[in-house]
Amino acid sequence: MEQAAKNEVFSLKDMSVHYGSSLAVDSVNLPIYENEITALIGPSGCGKSTVLRSLNRMNDLIPSAKVGGEVLYHGQDMYGSDVDPVQVRKVIGMVFQKPNPFPKSIYDNIAFGPQTLGMKGNMDEIVEGALKQAALWDDVKDRLKDNAFGMSGGQQQRLCIARAIAVKPDVILMDEPCSALDPISTFKIEDLMMELKKDYTIVIVTHNMQQAARVADRTAFFTVDTSRGEGSRVGTLVEHDETTKIFSNPSDERTLDYVTGKFG
Amino acid sequence: MSSSIQGARSRSEKNSLRAPSPRIGEKIVISLLFLASAISVGVTIAIVISLFAPLPGFFDYVSPWEFLTGTLWAPSFLDSSFGVLPLVAGTLQVVFYALLIGVPLGLGAAIYLSEYASTRVRKTIKPILEVLEGLPTVATGLFAVFWFKPLIQELTPWLEWTSPFSIGVAGITVGIIIIPLIASVSDDAMRSVPVALREGAYALGASKMRVAVKVVLPAAISGIVASFVLGASRAIGETMVVLLVAGGGSPQLKIGFTEPAGAMTAFIASRATGEIATGTIDYYSIFAVGSLLFVMTLTMNMIAIFFVSKFREVYD
Repeated sequence: MEQAAKNEVFSLKDMSVHYGSSLAVDSVNLPIYENEITALIGPSGCGKSTVLRSLNRMNDLIPSAKVGGEVLYHGQDMYGSDVDPVQVRKVIGMVFQKPNPFPKSIYDNIAFGPQTLGMKGNMDEIVEGALKQAALWDDVKDRLKDNAFGMSGGQQQRLCIARAIAVKPDVILMDEPCSALDPISTFKIEDLMMELKKDYTIVIVTHNMQQAARVADRTAFFTVDTSRGEGSRVGTLVEHDETTKIFSNPSDERTLDYVTGKFG
Repeated sequence: MSSSIQGARSRSEKNSLRAPSPRIGEKIVISLLFLASAISVGVTIAIVISLFAPLPGFFDYVSPWEFLTGTLWAPSFLDSSFGVLPLVAGTLQVVFYALLIGVPLGLGAAIYLSEYASTRVRKTIKPILEVLEGLPTVATGLFAVFWFKPLIQELTPWLEWTSPFSIGVAGITVGIIIIPLIASVSDDAMRSVPVALREGAYALGASKMRVAVKVVLPAAISGIVASFVLGASRAIGETMVVLLVAGGGSPQLKIGFTEPAGAMTAFIASRATGEIATGTIDYYSIFAVGSLLFVMTLTMNMIAIFFVSKFREVYD
């Protein structure tokens, strides 16, 4: 039992999310381990993005969203009354579906986070370090003062990853980071993720099952439960396991149907 | 019923690509719509022409240099003098005090509404702001004369309140008038900044204040500057409040919070009554001041357009 020795970064215990009075995700029990890539997969509307966004309290920005159950971060209740969401997001970074660089220079994009946190040290070195870690330094070192919107989509997304790691977080959450990118940019980002997991814990939501199979150590499969009455669509976690097991020999038939392309 | 009509149509009729009717109604509507837009453009051009047309008559009496640099405005004195600077100074003081009040309060309100207020608070405050925008300024002017000026006078006993009129109070009153305008336009500009940009900043551990000031504000700067320019234009053009609160002013160039002062608009409004005889220097002077007012507003708008295109953070 190698897993037992692994450090649990997040432990979701009977976790649920409501938007207003409608239940979006119910009874999720999921461990997420340190220095691994965990993929959340499943059909549209299964709540995988909702679960991801509750891991850095991004759902707080939607006034009607309410998280139930427990989300433990290194054993600490992330939704406890003494927890500051701003502090949470300093240690748990996020990369979004569509690249969202700030309309500023490449340099300022990276420097924004460290300046926000008041990080000590030479800013030029911090920027260079983050860009190197995101394998972007050679592409942009001669045009750091240029606007980030002049970059290609793939470069913009790597810039967003560089921006996230510049603040030296503990975890990086990725919400379908490659869905707006071409295959070559996608492979570059996947390479980068494999590199980054040495230093960070990564949770990725993806629609692309091949991507989950390629990069993830563990995979959690979500689906939509429509059995709870007329019109109700509640996301549920079907199972989670090592990626190889999910894709070759899942314990639930719904997972097998999904990963073999029978539905979804 | 309709199927029988369909059936009665011959094959050649069915395949025809010609319009079944000349659609005269649509053509009439299009011409009316064109007429509506042409009238507004035409009237604007006519106003500008009528403003500039009497200028040669004025400059027969007074040299442009004397007009633009003279510091004594005394059109009705026996020994008349047409230096426009006292009026320009009055107008600029109004703009200065108005922006001093209107920009921080308007922008503050916009930041609150766009970044902090709950939907319910926003839905209450925004319509109130829009109603305030439409308040007749003569009413605001009366309020300023009878309540606001005495209040300021009481609060600032160290100032020398020798005159019943004050250009400073007039400016502040105009500032209050432009708060809703600046707040409403800036709020719209800030709310049109994509949510994705805010999320990007929040995900880096930025506080609300930092997201508002460092991300949303720079991204919305073009709209925000536009709101300041609109506010300044409104301040330049404001007539009633200045007339009521700052008085007709003195012919000399004077700068000071408690001084009475005439502004360009107030001068025009007090002079351009039906009794004025065309072709007199009095008549011409009104158009000279009006033209200068127009040029000032135009210049300011152009500077603003330049500023906006230079410092805008494009996010699309």
